Amino acid sequence: MSEMKTGGQIIWESLIAEGVEVVFGLPGGAILPAYDDLAKYEYPIHHVLVTHEQGAAHMADGYARSTGRVGVCIATSGPGATNLVTGLATAYMDSTPIVAITGQVPTSLLGRDGFQEADIQGVTLPVTKHNYLITNIRDLPDALKEAFYIARTGRPGPVLVDVCKDALQASMPFTYPSKVNLPGYNPNLNTPDGTAVARAARLVNEAQRPVIVAGQGVSIARAEAELRQLAEKANIPVATSLLGIGAFPATHPLSISWGGMHGEAYCNYALQECDVLLAVGARLDDRLTGAFDTFAPKAKIIHVDIDPAEMGKNITIDTAVIGDALLALRALLPQVEANEHPAWLEQIAEWKSETSYRDILQQESDELVAPYVMRSLWHATGEGNGRATVVTDVGQHQMWEAQYYQHNQRRSLLTSGGLGTMGYALPAAIGAQMGNPGQELWVVAGDGGFQMTMMELSTVVQERLPIKIAIINNGYLGMVRQWQDVFYNKRHSGTPLFNPDFVKIAEAYGIRARSVTRREEAYDAIKEAQAHDGPYLLDFQVEEFTNVYPMVAPGKSNADMIRRPAPAVGSGK
Amino acid sequence: MSENGIKRHTLIAWMEDKPGVLNRVAGLFGRRNFNIESLAVGHSETPGISRMTFVARGTDRDMRQVRTQLDKLINVTRIEDVTYNDPVMRELALIKVQATSEERAEVMQLVDIFRAQIVDVTLDSLIIQIVGKENQVNSLIELLGNFGIIEMVRTGRVAMVRGAASQTGVVDTAVPVNGHY
Ligand SMILES: Cc1ncc(C[n+]2csc(CCOP(=O)(O)OP(=O)(O)O)c2C)c(N)n1
Ligand SMILES: [Mg+2]
Repeated sequence: MSEMKTGGQIIWESLIAEGVEVVFGLPGGAILPAYDDLAKYEYPIHHVLVTHEQGAAHMADGYARSTGRVGVCIATSGPGATNLVTGLATAYMDSTPIVAITGQVPTSLLGRDGFQEADIQGVTLPVTKHNYLITNIRDLPDALKEAFYIARTGRPGPVLVDVCKDALQASMPFTYPSKVNLPGYNPNLNTPDGTAVARAARLVNEAQRPVIVAGQGVSIARAEAELRQLAEKANIPVATSLLGIGAFPATHPLSISWGGMHGEAYCNYALQECDVLLAVGARLDDRLTGAFDTFAPKAKIIHVDIDPAEMGKNITIDTAVIGDALLALRALLPQVEANEHPAWLEQIAEWKSETSYRDILQQESDELVAPYVMRSLWHATGEGNGRATVVTDVGQHQMWEAQYYQHNQRRSLLTSGGLGTMGYALPAAIGAQMGNPGQELWVVAGDGGFQMTMMELSTVVQERLPIKIAIINNGYLGMVRQWQDVFYNKRHSGTPLFNPDFVKIAEAYGIRARSVTRREEAYDAIKEAQAHDGPYLLDFQVEEFTNVYPMVAPGKSNADMIRRPAPAVGSGK
Repeated sequence: MSENGIKRHTLIAWMEDKPGVLNRVAGLFGRRNFNIESLAVGHSETPGISRMTFVARGTDRDMRQVRTQLDKLINVTRIEDVTYNDPVMRELALIKVQATSEERAEVMQLVDIFRAQIVDVTLDSLIIQIVGKENQVNSLIELLGNFGIIEMVRTGRVAMVRGAASQTGVVDTAVPVNGHY
């Protein structure tokens, strides 16, 4: 006979049954019974108190992306729950497995607009893979079991479980369910259809100018090794999406970097000119493709994805291969023939050398520009034996990080790609560090976005995390300023920033910090931060007006990139 | 009927009969910008499973999006586009018309022709019930308009595929769309 347990106990014991070791949250009235049970029964779960629930959701996200496990966040009803929404939407867009648990007003008050009531199930309907409102403790165990199952299987995503306070306080005999009963849920766990795979292999074998686009699906499926085998066997150049960075080593000879709005020019040329495009675990969104009907115009497109709804959603495709990237690549590998593609690789090499000629770091200048900082960060933390994980915020610095930091390790870049959420970096890094103690972690954030969640510095200190922070301080909401420069006649409406002294901010939390203003200091400052046994903040006061190129205007074709200017010095092309 | 391959499709979705499911479906239609013309939902033969018939406008590819996106809803157990299966399709309408005693005979004649029924009579009004294909319902409504329609309600299309095979909606077919597009 199973023992009587309260709703609060059921939550913690279910989490333990799911292998959860850490949760991120902040209490309030409606969730209090659960918090009390956590203390009363001394459950072996580490609760990380956050300063803002948005941070809790991003922490769960960073934890989940970096470990491959489900991240858990917890909040109270009303404002606690609504504060999670940005983090849930971020996770939803980037397919991160999260279980969010929220307290809700007691059932007797549901629908009465009582204190701190918000219909969080309704609010999160469009930004969760699924959600639950639990009004009766009877439904709680199944909901929790299903929430974890749904979050991590198939295309992962966030699931919210909203629990009324009286359900937390009630008791029932409890054993954690061993099975889920979800007749309407098909996570597509089977090996992809054989005819689709055979057709895909034939297209790849017949290709003269093939390109692979690898997305985050490769990393979610842990299929990096198989991807590499396939690329090497048939000598196919590999591009990634922004979220796919790290799925294929950036310094591999077959790597052609990443494509899209701010992708390398030679990568976009290759995507536009290829005759067969094998997209694996990438959802082909507008930031990657440019105007949909102009993308890869000469290519037969093979789309490998676990989500059938991605097939033909944006891009007209030739062959759909539905399934997990690992199973799909394993099925493809024996059917794809060894190949050389010398002319195609030579053409790409030519584009590549022309691209590096225009590299911003080729410009003769001794100014501290952000790309230089990013390249220094790579030299110091990622090159050779470097194994750092970088978590970026959103803006120009994010694009420069992606361009100038060469990610060779899987999951060494965490970034908000789909939603583009400013404020993501610091809390996501905290989550990643909690899941990977001892891992070198760098936050790269803009001066704007950092201020959106910088109160989580207190969480860094509270948890004694040795996170290193590089603020790319350009005095502007830089990426928006860039759009104003390019599309709005340089009218800088609402983009100049009034910044605090970030060094003093850090010091107020007891975090070591220094500012960096000159090129010569950059590498050494990074090394100094790296060597420090604890958190460290570097305020890089960079040249303010540098913009990110190449750039594809929204709605335009990737063929119409605004290129980096050719260097002014020497014998220009 | 079709313009650039755009036409009206009839789809049937089966879903768990749980609170908020309709909200999820309707929310998805809105959010994904699907063009839904009518929607009718009620019990199916399986306890706990509701059946929804809906009419959507778009190309075959658009419908693949509608199906695959809807199928992702955890509570939707099955979805089918029956447009090409020549299903039986019916709609029910109740139409309250103004009709003086002199006009009544004329109205009753129309009701006869359309095999509709009069389900309520007062001194100066009638409620007419029609069950039929959408265009029959449309024609009757148009004609009754001459007498003055006081009030009207239509259920939206319901559909069922002919033949003995049952579509119970309890098996998850999950729209496999592998292969060639
Ligand atoms: C929450 C949120 N609000 C607004 C935006 C729009 N936005 C995109 S990039 C950007 C500027 C970011 O400025 P900063 O953090 O200083 O980074 P920079 O571009 O200067 O490197 C803004 C406002 C966003 N992405 N997220
Ligand atoms: Mg800035």
